[in-house]
Amino acid sequence: MTTISKVRYSRRSMLKAGGAAVAAAALPAPMVWGQETKNITLRQFGTGVSNLNEVAEKVKEDLGFTLEMTALDSDSVTQRAATQPDSFDIADIEYWICKKVWPTGNLQAMDTSKIANYDKIVGIFRDGKLTPESVIAQGTAPHTVGFTTGADGTTFVDEESGWMTLIPTIYNADTLGIRPDLIGRPINNWSELLNPEFKGKASILDISSIGIMDMAMVVESMGEYTYPDKGNMTKEEIDLTLGIFTEAKKNGQFRAFWKSFDESVNLMASGEVVIQSMWSPAITAVRSQGIPCVYQPLEEGYRSWGGGIGLSASLSGMELDAAYEYINWYLSGWVGGFLMRQGYYSAVPETSKNFMSEDEWGFWFEGKEAAGDITNPFGDVMEKAGAVRDGGSFYDRMGAVACWNAVMDENQYMVRKWNEFIAA
Amino acid sequence: MALRHHFKTKPFGVSVRNTSVIGWLLASPLSLVLLVFLVAPITMIVVVSFWGATEWSIYPAFQFDNYAFLLTSDVTYRVFLNTLKYAAITWVCTLLIGFTVAYYLAFHIRSLTWQIALFLLCTIPFLTSNIIRMISWIPFLGRNGIANSTLISMGVIDEPLEWLLFSDFSVVLAFVHLYTLFMVVPIFNTMMRIDKSLIEAAADAGATGWQTLWHVIVPLTKPGIMIGTIFVVALVMGDFITVRFMSGSQSANMGRLIQNDIALLQYPSASATAVILLITVLLLIGTLLRFVDIRKEL
Repeated sequence: MTTISKVRYSRRSMLKAGGAAVAAAALPAPMVWGQETKNITLRQFGTGVSNLNEVAEKVKEDLGFTLEMTALDSDSVTQRAATQPDSFDIADIEYWICKKVWPTGNLQAMDTSKIANYDKIVGIFRDGKLTPESVIAQGTAPHTVGFTTGADGTTFVDEESGWMTLIPTIYNADTLGIRPDLIGRPINNWSELLNPEFKGKASILDISSIGIMDMAMVVESMGEYTYPDKGNMTKEEIDLTLGIFTEAKKNGQFRAFWKSFDESVNLMASGEVVIQSMWSPAITAVRSQGIPCVYQPLEEGYRSWGGGIGLSASLSGMELDAAYEYINWYLSGWVGGFLMRQGYYSAVPETSKNFMSEDEWGFWFEGKEAAGDITNPFGDVMEKAGAVRDGGSFYDRMGAVACWNAVMDENQYMVRKWNEFIAA
Repeated sequence: MALRHHFKTKPFGVSVRNTSVIGWLLASPLSLVLLVFLVAPITMIVVVSFWGATEWSIYPAFQFDNYAFLLTSDVTYRVFLNTLKYAAITWVCTLLIGFTVAYYLAFHIRSLTWQIALFLLCTIPFLTSNIIRMISWIPFLGRNGIANSTLISMGVIDEPLEWLLFSDFSVVLAFVHLYTLFMVVPIFNTMMRIDKSLIEAAADAGATGWQTLWHVIVPLTKPGIMIGTIFVVALVMGDFITVRFMSGSQSANMGRLIQNDIALLQYPSASATAVILLITVLLLIGTLLRFVDIRKEL
């Protein structure tokens, strides 16, 4: 085993240094230092949303080690995390994927005492409540699969045990995307997805765990059925939900189904589809082509998702220290700001604020009118001055979450039924 | 006879036993490659098709659950029929186009240089990935795509044609586009070997053009047609990506069932589907081979 030199910086010495703010935020954890770090390579994989090369570049710059990124779709991510534990060091996965993958023992629990900003992580990922008055939404809420019993824990616990399965990094509230110019009237309910008015112009995503939740929102909104728990349906409820959608499919309601981000953008931008399930950055991607597209807030609320970073069980020694350092750096603000300027939320918003302009913070987080043009981290103008974010502020949006992406007890049955729906 | 036998074995003192050893040695590299890269994986697939699966793992077992579920679900049969439908329509279209192109190249182009030049021209699209060739149809056929806007501006239609994209039409179109060359090549190859004097003889005997085509050229081209057919049928039956993209994920074939299962970590179920598909394709090809002796061509 290589022993590595660790240097603990005093707050003072850091403040003296130039650009201290960046390092200071990541500071409290012991820092891996010395020449060895340069030779460390951590292999991260995850969905496209947060596997960005900019992050890897910044890691190299700030922390010195190399981060290799692989972006895959949700199914492939699950598959890899479950079947190839030695192919990665860091898994950037969603909480519902964690529910599936954790029992395999391929990930290791993380000691929250080593996480500097743990206390600043938003309540959703800790006790499940955004504000003390919040009601916890249905589905696989992140806090229900966010903690385990101990270092070798294999089961989830409800309370903050000090051992996290995933360190939350990114989340958002999803809803339907629409083309207001082609619809020409207000859309306020999920049920509009199956409105015959949009026959042949609707779409839904072909990722069963997420799609089934969108379907449940639609079914409830249509008044067909009210689920005791959308995130954990019985076989009869699954049959009912997919039955309604199979009928709609046979009637030609859907133009196509999409599986990747780019497909959803193309469907919307080309006008093939005017209403569909969509992810926030896909909306901005359509809008940045000069095509009107709205992430429509709906009366029934949002379907939400959250992602986090998990560590491979085989990670140890110097690499493990580097991974903790990376996590602390992740929560220290730069990445948060980077993600928030694309429309996602950071797990520790207050640190991200330091990396956003006042106007950006006002627009993305507080739901205020933009004073000037709002650009994304790549420099493209996303919104003109005067624009207001669809759905309003962080608390308006995350406070109106109706359900989380979920894995159900009857998941295998649901998956088979989903396959039949696609083949119908 | 005895003399020949004498000469065959004696002069170099090589015994019959040794020749057979040499024969085995000569065949062994290929056998080994086939064993490792063909027989072993297929055996593995067959074995796994009897295993069980949880959501995140597979465990060894010997159970018929996967087959039972597969063979009792009416979805399987519908998907299977759909797969055969795609294969049949694609086969007819590629055969008609492929035969025509090959016929033109083989009998209407007189100089060899031009034949080679035009043949190479046919292969140019293959210089790009077939995914790209397939996807480029999407903006062309879309609701506001080039095809629709051209037809509208010509006054042929008033409303965009919805069935151009994300339909069986677009799936088959892409298949035909992707796989016609696999029909052209073997047919062209067999046509080039047809003795031209046979055609002259047919003409001398008073056969019309069509009679020559039907009674002389088509029978002699059969091996090429069969080889092309095997290519096209096997490719279409095993495809999943064309169906997914061109139908907008709305149609399914066997390949997509397998793909979905793999994505959801249901390897045993995927293996069972693969085994069924493999058996079907082998039966199809076996039947086709009964009609023609391909060895004669190779």
